[in-house]
Amino acid sequence: MSVLVYIENVEGKFKKSAFEVLSFGAAIASHMKLPLVALSIGDVDESELNKAGKYGASKILNVSDDKLKSVNVQPYTSVVSQAAKAEAAKVIVMSASFSGKAIAPRVAIKLNAGLGENVIDLPEMSSGFVVKKGAYSGKAYAFVEILSDVKVISMMPNSYKVVENETAVTVVPFTASLDANDLRLVVKETIRSSDKVSLPDAEIVVSAGRGMKGPENWGMIEELAQILGAATACSKPVSDAGWRPHSEHVSQTGIAISPNLYLAIGISGAIQHLAGVSSSKVIVVLNKDPEAPFFKAADYGIVGDAFEVLPKLIEAAKAFKASQN
Amino acid sequence: MKILVCISHVPDTTARIEFSADKKEFVSSGVTYILNPYDEIALSKAVDLAAASGGNVTIIHVGEAAAEATMRKALAIGANDAVRVNAAARDSNFVAHQIADYVKKNPVDMILCGRESSDHNGSSVPAMISALLDIPCILFAKSLVIEGANAILENEIQGGKEIISTPMPFVAGASEGMAEWKIPNMRGIMSARTKPLQVIEPIEVAQLSKVKEYDKPIPRSAVKLIPVEEAGKLFEMLRSEKKVI
Ligand SMILES: Cc1cc2nc3c(=O)[nH]c(=O)nc-3n(C[C@H](O)[C@H](O)[C@H](O)COP(=O)(O)OP(=O)(O)OC[C@H]3O[C@@H](n4cnc5c(N)ncnc54)[C@H](O)[C@@H]3O)c2cc1C
Ligand SMILES: Nc1ncnc2c1ncn2[C@@H]1O[C@H](COP(=O)(O)O)[C@@H](O)[C@H]1O
Repeated sequence: MSVLVYIENVEGKFKKSAFEVLSFGAAIASHMKLPLVALSIGDVDESELNKAGKYGASKILNVSDDKLKSVNVQPYTSVVSQAAKAEAAKVIVMSASFSGKAIAPRVAIKLNAGLGENVIDLPEMSSGFVVKKGAYSGKAYAFVEILSDVKVISMMPNSYKVVENETAVTVVPFTASLDANDLRLVVKETIRSSDKVSLPDAEIVVSAGRGMKGPENWGMIEELAQILGAATACSKPVSDAGWRPHSEHVSQTGIAISPNLYLAIGISGAIQHLAGVSSSKVIVVLNKDPEAPFFKAADYGIVGDAFEVLPKLIEAAKAFKASQN
Repeated sequence: MKILVCISHVPDTTARIEFSADKKEFVSSGVTYILNPYDEIALSKAVDLAAASGGNVTIIHVGEAAAEATMRKALAIGANDAVRVNAAARDSNFVAHQIADYVKKNPVDMILCGRESSDHNGSSVPAMISALLDIPCILFAKSLVIEGANAILENEIQGGKEIISTPMPFVAGASEGMAEWKIPNMRGIMSARTKPLQVIEPIEVAQLSKVKEYDKPIPRSAVKLIPVEEAGKLFEMLRSEKKVI
């Protein structure tokens, strides 16, 4: 028996979310007194695989197959399910990344397992197995008991601290059998903007709304984000107007995020906006209207004109970063 | 072309969320329900595709009779007929089994869902349906066009997007951008009243999970206001008081 974690790579490299999933899996494995096995799929080299060994896994199954170069939900589901069976996994954990969100429910069906999706904390395992997840678009939490013997969990990025836990690890090749049905869908092209911090994983997000007046003023937002190592985001009307791409639109009908720090500039804080950002650990709001609803959901507030305050924040961020080095 | 659109019936985006004293039930009295916003995008796309190819759009909902008003709205937007599986939507596994079972008996060319419901926030139902039917799933589809026997979709991935080609049938989760929201017109609203709405009984499904309890986030403490002249101190404060930077 084991706890199995599927660790996702992006173009051959593990991102922080992979180490979070390993750390999370290690905590569950230690509670259940089971070994932690990691599964990597795709084209990942030896030194990168060894990095994954620092977080408590005793074995890494490495699936390297030309057919699996890009993440393809159907065959990846088959691989994860087969690995889970081979390792008699009791709990299977993966990141609730875009692809993890699609793979986890499919693995649950294949293994006839209960699913805890988008989990934000370690499961309560003292009696039963209860996971905590967001519900009602950030307005509530649900505690869900998983009743089946085998359990599948997807965990929200940024919801568990990375914990180093160096153990002896062996990398073993793993081969899964794929049939033609698995490979019906073809990924024709993958387009990534590699220079940017990806929004769901970002620890810091600089977000701006209609208060910025027009797309030509986003230079300041991007500059602040770049200094802080942050991702950029926007409110819905901003992406609807085409000022920013839809992929930056956060909240109810965009991406729900929970960074450590969310900086909202010229955003009113409508309930639909708050829905997807209110689980951010710290929220800073800059708005010229002292009555803006966002201030009620904020930890820090600056009442002022963005065009006057942003240059100050940019200078201060530069000085702060310089003092840290 | 036959298209099935999966509809969820969710509290209005501005609704106040309250639970019973034992925290086990969502209190729905006084709450206005709407068609899940992403499902509306899926439906709008389905109606456009069907109009272009002379196809048929069926909507399906797993839930109680209270959702029929929402289903009529979907018919007013342009779906041809509706199916309601008469059972409380216990969890995503239950819902997916009902829909997959319906599709096995009534095959379609594609199944469109929303990428996420605004109450369960699972993004699970579409992927589960696809696994039960062993067909492809594109969960975060930003666009969809038909090219001969295949569909071409843009799917959101970590840090970017991918272009996918898939044969039919498949399941897609609709994201912002896939279609413009449609507003029902008077003719749509009138004709929706008489469009067929079939009620079918659920199949039995083993229960694999159960909500034990709900809770609400602890409200934040009062905002700390920083005067504009001192705005530059923000980052020092975030470091010393919150350690988030
Ligand atoms: C079904 C539904 C789903 C929705 N989903 C989402 C969603 O997912 N995400 C989302 O964001 N919205 C969503 N909305 C829209 C939401 O209700 C709001 O309309 C939207 O969030 C407002 O965006 P905003 O704050 O950028 O613009 P506004 O409401 O116009 O606010 C602009 C703010 O900027 C301030 N401002 C103006 N000038 C300056 C200046 N010079 N300096 C500083 N501050 C300034 C103003 O005081 C104001 O508070 C949804 C709505 C519906 C009905
Ligand atoms: N009770 C339901 N009946 C029909 N379709 C549903 C139901 N619940 C969810 N769906 C579909 O599945 C999508 C994702 O829902 P969820 O997995 O709850 O986030 C929704 O956008 C709907 O398209």
